[in-house]
Amino acid sequence: MNHSISLTVNGARRDFVLDDPRVTLLDLLRERLHLTGTKKGCDRGQCGACTILVDGKRINSCLALAISHDGADILTIEGVARGDQLHPVQAAFIAHDGFQCGFCTPGQIMSAIGMMQEAQAGNDPERIRECMSGNLCRCGAYAGIVDAVLDAQGQMDESNQRRSA
Amino acid sequence: MKSFDYVRPATVAEAVAAAAQPGAAYLAAGTNLLDLMKGGVSRPDRLVDVTHLDGLDAIETLADGSLRIGALVSNADLAHDPAFAKSYPAVAEALLSGASAQLRNAATVGGNLLQRTRCAYFYDTASRCNKREAGSGCDARDGENRTHAVLGWSENCIATHPSDFCVPLVALDAMVEIEGKGGRREIALDELHRLPGNTPARESVLEPGDLIVAVRLPPAARAFAAHARYLKVRERTSYAFAVVSAAAALRIEGGKITEARLALGGVAAKPWRARAAEDVLRGVAPTADVFQEAAWRALTDAKPSGDNAFKIELARRIVVRALTLAAAGTPARLPALPASPFASTSGAIHA
Repeated sequence: MNHSISLTVNGARRDFVLDDPRVTLLDLLRERLHLTGTKKGCDRGQCGACTILVDGKRINSCLALAISHDGADILTIEGVARGDQLHPVQAAFIAHDGFQCGFCTPGQIMSAIGMMQEAQAGNDPERIRECMSGNLCRCGAYAGIVDAVLDAQGQMDESNQRRSA
Repeated sequence: MKSFDYVRPATVAEAVAAAAQPGAAYLAAGTNLLDLMKGGVSRPDRLVDVTHLDGLDAIETLADGSLRIGALVSNADLAHDPAFAKSYPAVAEALLSGASAQLRNAATVGGNLLQRTRCAYFYDTASRCNKREAGSGCDARDGENRTHAVLGWSENCIATHPSDFCVPLVALDAMVEIEGKGGRREIALDELHRLPGNTPARESVLEPGDLIVAVRLPPAARAFAAHARYLKVRERTSYAFAVVSAAAALRIEGGKITEARLALGGVAAKPWRARAAEDVLRGVAPTADVFQEAAWRALTDAKPSGDNAFKIELARRIVVRALTLAAAGTPARLPALPASPFASTSGAIHA
């Protein structure tokens, strides 16, 4: 039986016909939309490489059935830059060597963006490490990742202060 | 993953009817179920998706002072609700000590209660497991079993229930609201999960079609807010299941404990309420000696199910430390590492 669903992906509405309900959001993004920035690492919710934002919240897209998320608003790594202008978290990862091989990086960046919106960690490195524990980095770039998130968080705090001043 | 039919009911009544069919399973976030389906451990013929049902995602205070938490509230939304965290700090701490931020954003209250064991033999379809396939045997019994149960286990199954959330909930007398074929009913959370006995495949008292619609905390549960902690030892500091955990909640007046609540996690097939230990604590001053006595009472019936005798002594020490931390007072803000014995603000005290 076919199922029709529609999603908003990086700001654009996309309609799909699913001939099988087993498709995850991760596979839909990669195989149907060819948005391969979202990575398939473990495919079991353990590594965080598939992290995307769904309705503003970071989740593991490998453990989400696409059919169950009919109507959802999805943001992937392909949707965070504005043209050639990188998202501040992307720029901070480059500035602080927040990666080596880069496979976990899209998930790390989406997780960091989600974490900053959750506003639970602030600029406390220990809380950032805890709040990012769902993203594994086999190269061990954690020190750079934490520095990058701290930097991006600082920039966001500054721009918020400027806006409220 | 085995193929399945997908059903999206419009009402709770439709959901119950659809899920009462043989081979049906409810789908909420699916953070545990999809993992099990990918591994061939769970093989439902039909998924009944409850995530689009209305009215199951509210946190509301009822007229009698109870708190009612809809089954579809996410673990993260509940833990980060300021009023909830203030009134039930040990529950918030337990939630934030579980899984990862991504999983907590998706995983639901109802799903957390019904998550399956993390026993490796349950997950490995090449192994014998009485829980996965009734009557096939238990390879955990003579296998790698250092994290398995020390309370309430049987020769047929030594698996543990992995939830953190359930541990303080059971300590606080949480109730579970269930919609079933016969209408609405409610049971104590303490009665939801079954011990394995001879039928480890039957993990709860739920009947086919039964849907958890809410969890309720009674008015008395908020009286422990000033002295409530969750403490969890795991193999790594974050994003790991409990080896042993404890929720301790005290009411202290005039230097004496007027009421105590204690429950253990990671030790049995259900969240383990330690009522005998609570009795020892009532009406006495909160001292190290009385906490030791409570810890001994809590583990009186414990026995190793394999290479896990260490968990009994570990559980005693976790109980003492959780009680000590609870007596010292709930911190104004949760530590950076929730429930961790290594948290810098946990007041590192060795039992």
